[in-house]
Amino acid sequence: MADYPEDLLYHAEHDWARIEDGEAALGITWYAQDALGEVVFFEPPPVGRVLVQGEPYAEVESVKAVSDVIAPLSGEIVAVNEALAENPQAINDDPYGDGWLVRVRLSDPGEREALMDAEAYSATLGG
Amino acid sequence: MQREAAVTIFERGAPGRRAFQCPALDVPEVDPGELLPAHLLRAAPPRLPEVSEPELVRHYVRLSKRNFDLDSGFYPLGSCTMKHNPRLHERVAALPGHARLHPLQDPPRAQGALELMYNLQQALAEISGLPHVSLQPSAGSHGELAGVLLTRAYHEDRGETRHRILTPDTAHGTNPATVTMAGFEVLALATNAEGGIDMDDLRAKADEDIACLMLTNPNTLGLFDPNIAEIAEIVHGVGATLYYDGANLNAVMGLSRPGDMGFDIVHFNLHKSFTQPHGGGGPGSGPIAVSERIAPYLPMPIVVRREAEGAQSNGKASAGAAAPIFDLDHGRGLMEARVGSRSIGRLRGFQGNYGCFVRAYAYICSLGAEGLKDASETAVLNANYLLARLRNETHPPLAEYLPLAYGKLCLHEFVLSGGPMKRELGLKTLDLAKRLLDHGFHPPTVYFPLLVDEALMVEPTETETRETLDAFAEAIAAILREAAEDPEIARGAPYTTPVRRLDEVAAAKNPVIRQAL
Amino acid sequence: MLDAIGVGSVQEIFDSQIPAPVRLGRALDLPAGLPEQDVYEHLRELARRNVSAEDELCFLGAGMYDHYVPALVDMLLERSEFLTPYTPYQPEISQGGLQVMYEYQTAISELTGLAVSNASVYEGPSAVASAGYMAKLHNGRSRFVASAGLHPHSLATLRTYAHGFGAEVVEVPLRDGLTDIDAWSGAIDGDTGAVFFAQPNFYGLVEDAPALSAAAKAAGLGEGAPGSGGSGGGPAGQAPPVVIAQVDPITLGLLAPPGECGVDVAVGEGQSLGNRLDYGGPSFGFFAAREEFLRRMPGRIAGETRDVDGRRGFVLTLQTREQHIRRAKATSNICTSQALNALAGVVYLSWLGRRGFAELGRLLLARTHYARNALVALEGVEALHPLSRPAVREFALRLDADVAAVRERCAAQGVNPGADLHALTGREEDRGGLLVAITERRTRAHIDRLADVLGAAVAAERQGQAVGAS
Repeated sequence: MADYPEDLLYHAEHDWARIEDGEAALGITWYAQDALGEVVFFEPPPVGRVLVQGEPYAEVESVKAVSDVIAPLSGEIVAVNEALAENPQAINDDPYGDGWLVRVRLSDPGEREALMDAEAYSATLGG
Repeated sequence: MQREAAVTIFERGAPGRRAFQCPALDVPEVDPGELLPAHLLRAAPPRLPEVSEPELVRHYVRLSKRNFDLDSGFYPLGSCTMKHNPRLHERVAALPGHARLHPLQDPPRAQGALELMYNLQQALAEISGLPHVSLQPSAGSHGELAGVLLTRAYHEDRGETRHRILTPDTAHGTNPATVTMAGFEVLALATNAEGGIDMDDLRAKADEDIACLMLTNPNTLGLFDPNIAEIAEIVHGVGATLYYDGANLNAVMGLSRPGDMGFDIVHFNLHKSFTQPHGGGGPGSGPIAVSERIAPYLPMPIVVRREAEGAQSNGKASAGAAAPIFDLDHGRGLMEARVGSRSIGRLRGFQGNYGCFVRAYAYICSLGAEGLKDASETAVLNANYLLARLRNETHPPLAEYLPLAYGKLCLHEFVLSGGPMKRELGLKTLDLAKRLLDHGFHPPTVYFPLLVDEALMVEPTETETRETLDAFAEAIAAILREAAEDPEIARGAPYTTPVRRLDEVAAAKNPVIRQAL
Repeated sequence: MLDAIGVGSVQEIFDSQIPAPVRLGRALDLPAGLPEQDVYEHLRELARRNVSAEDELCFLGAGMYDHYVPALVDMLLERSEFLTPYTPYQPEISQGGLQVMYEYQTAISELTGLAVSNASVYEGPSAVASAGYMAKLHNGRSRFVASAGLHPHSLATLRTYAHGFGAEVVEVPLRDGLTDIDAWSGAIDGDTGAVFFAQPNFYGLVEDAPALSAAAKAAGLGEGAPGSGGSGGGPAGQAPPVVIAQVDPITLGLLAPPGECGVDVAVGEGQSLGNRLDYGGPSFGFFAAREEFLRRMPGRIAGETRDVDGRRGFVLTLQTREQHIRRAKATSNICTSQALNALAGVVYLSWLGRRGFAELGRLLLARTHYARNALVALEGVEALHPLSRPAVREFALRLDADVAAVRERCAAQGVNPGADLHALTGREEDRGGLLVAITERRTRAHIDRLADVLGAAVAAERQGQAVGAS
């Protein structure tokens, strides 16, 4: 059911970040994957692309909708989740684990101050 | 027959079978290899089917029987205006003088076609209350694109650069896509508690960066916005244009006109109010009508009418009053003063979907002024009656499970919310729709407008009888009674159709969109 | 019914919703309605004042052609089950229409040699413009280079659309009727997002499509191409411009498929395939592209799948690309396809069949060759472009006489000799030009009659000029 791990930071547009050693793994939250329905397609941007906090960097496509994925933090992409090409459904099944989208090297770690913790984020979802 | 396994035309036939017999070669044969280099020639014939005519006919006739259609049953699709398609229209459209007329035929030898188009333009001008019409756009969304491009031209001509276009959050999806395609940004307008435009939101957002407000009235909720005069005033007050999406024109023909409401640009869907058959998804036609100030930018060509001069061009006197001459104006000549080169140009080849004009014109001739008004009145009567039948149904109390989303009465369509039904019976709007298929009805529009939870948009049109409306209401009641006992039945529906629920996820994940040959 | 609603009259409903100032309050100023038979007579009378291909020998082409439509197409299109349904949003009861789309997509893919086809778009010229928009969304570049060999309506429509979504259209001239490849390469650079040419081109000539595609890609990448003087290629790793070709589908039985000529997107006017002239519409446009464009294609697409019981079936798929879900980010605003016209198309192609389609192409080639030779042999008539440049179903002549006057004389003899080129293109080099189209309905006898009538008309006009009559 609805799940927002405590160790992550969240952006209001339903994206999460897991920060480790100056890098962050990014993805979409449980709420986002639930609203979209079963994901059928995700094409990651190339390694080396620079992300800007608050700007869209990719799209997640389900049968009924397409959603922009917003970068919660700025940085350069160092890795993308290739496994999603064969199994985009991982975004639904395990949005915070196997459903990770990209990993970036953070350009401005201070940006994390603008993000919410799990409690604040789930409060925005109306309980 | 309906349930047989699907076999495509490519899976039928056998090598050597044929339907077409090529006309005899009555001129010297030419070896393509002598005229054209090998790299420009096809190496092997394309792998088209090899079938005989009887096979071909049987294949497509059997295939046709796996379709539901309007001639066979009720289609209460909101915003689609699925009214009866009179067969006279097919007969007249097939007359060789119309059907075999080449679009580049010289106007003096296409006077019948040009007069038909001119008369249609005039009729649409009268119905809309806007004097200048172009028949060119090919569909509603094409007419919308025209409207936005006209708006752009209007502002550019005044030396202004505006970036945004307002559309209500209940708008049909086409509107935002069209806006982006024409180089503008969408700005959504809120809907108020009564289902109309939130006037405070409009006042807050209307400024000189707004190029246009795109609206339909009545809106997708089937409600006429009572503030329309003030909306027009606000929009014109900031110098923007007001665009009317004619998808819901069926509610107001002969009763109210978008031109009188203050709209600058209107598009019509000839495949909605004017009975062009939907054909399973096209063709359509989306003419536009505009006000005086927008006329200079209309796409070219348009059909014009001239009174024949007393003296003919070679100096001889004419023998009495000559018939008016209809012509195609490509932006030069007669209308130069008003139109000239400020036109947005072309939106497509030739003049537009003439075959659709023939049918729409025949419809307007058949109904006449009184008939068109009667059509709208009956459409509104039927919608309100069906709404009342559904709300008055007590077994089960439909008004509780499927409440009307906004208002009390409606015009030609209404929107119900399936939210309570979902919460209380565990039945989603989707399941209701699929179960309706087993009852022999096409479901209403579902999940639109997005504003309404589990939306069900119902438009019966004027060509349905009371008996049909009663039967439809009864089917809905029966489905909900059944769901109260066992919701699983509807969740597994349909059961009696040529195929049952299809895996749309698999189709999107791994699209197979052509046969491997 | 009014009792059930709870009102005294329908007027009450209107009055409760529509404010008084915007009520029309009078009858529409339109004629009264008529019974069916009167409407029929009126439409018949209008038809009689049109000179159609039924009434005269028609050699008009320039985008739409008087081909023979077999009777079974008319019969199928009039069937309720194909004529009157709505778009197949409820696939369980629309398998007929969805399967037709799938078959059509297969046929178009096969003809064009491109993996992905949609279920049709409105018609030819707007398909060209839509392809340009798709290219812009694909690579973000706003500069288009288009050959003057495109149909003038396609060029005009492309310009209209491009003005909206913000792209520049640069036109490359022809040389002796074919795209000038040096000018073509010179015009294309790293900023070019899409290039356009027609096959055959508007003047009926067969372009060297592989050469144009290769030159475009090379020039776009900044690689040395003969005579290229453009501003150089784009950044390393940038994709070359999208190569878009407008193709006459009836020639695809004879000519190499665009997909094998380096073309990325093939679009065109489908009227020749089983659809009537109808004074210009409705018809359909086809739109096919390489696999990489699958998720950016505009319009409807049908896909194969299974139902809950394992039955094979078809659904509309990839609808997220369409307007009603992606809204502002949609790849196009196209809401309909041209389902009925595309049905005619796939039925026609199946009727022609594998061999018939190729045979038809060879018949058109032979008759075109015969007609071109016969007409250029006339006094005062010459080929507008070198005869060494092959034409497969249409060709241009230059008349040594006023084209409009010659055409009037021919019309009086029941012959429409073709289109006034200069009136269509406005180009100086097209003055005196006549574009003559050949279909399988124009027999040798018809062509011989055209030669007689055209020859006489040109002679009469030239004589009139020589004598100096006003």
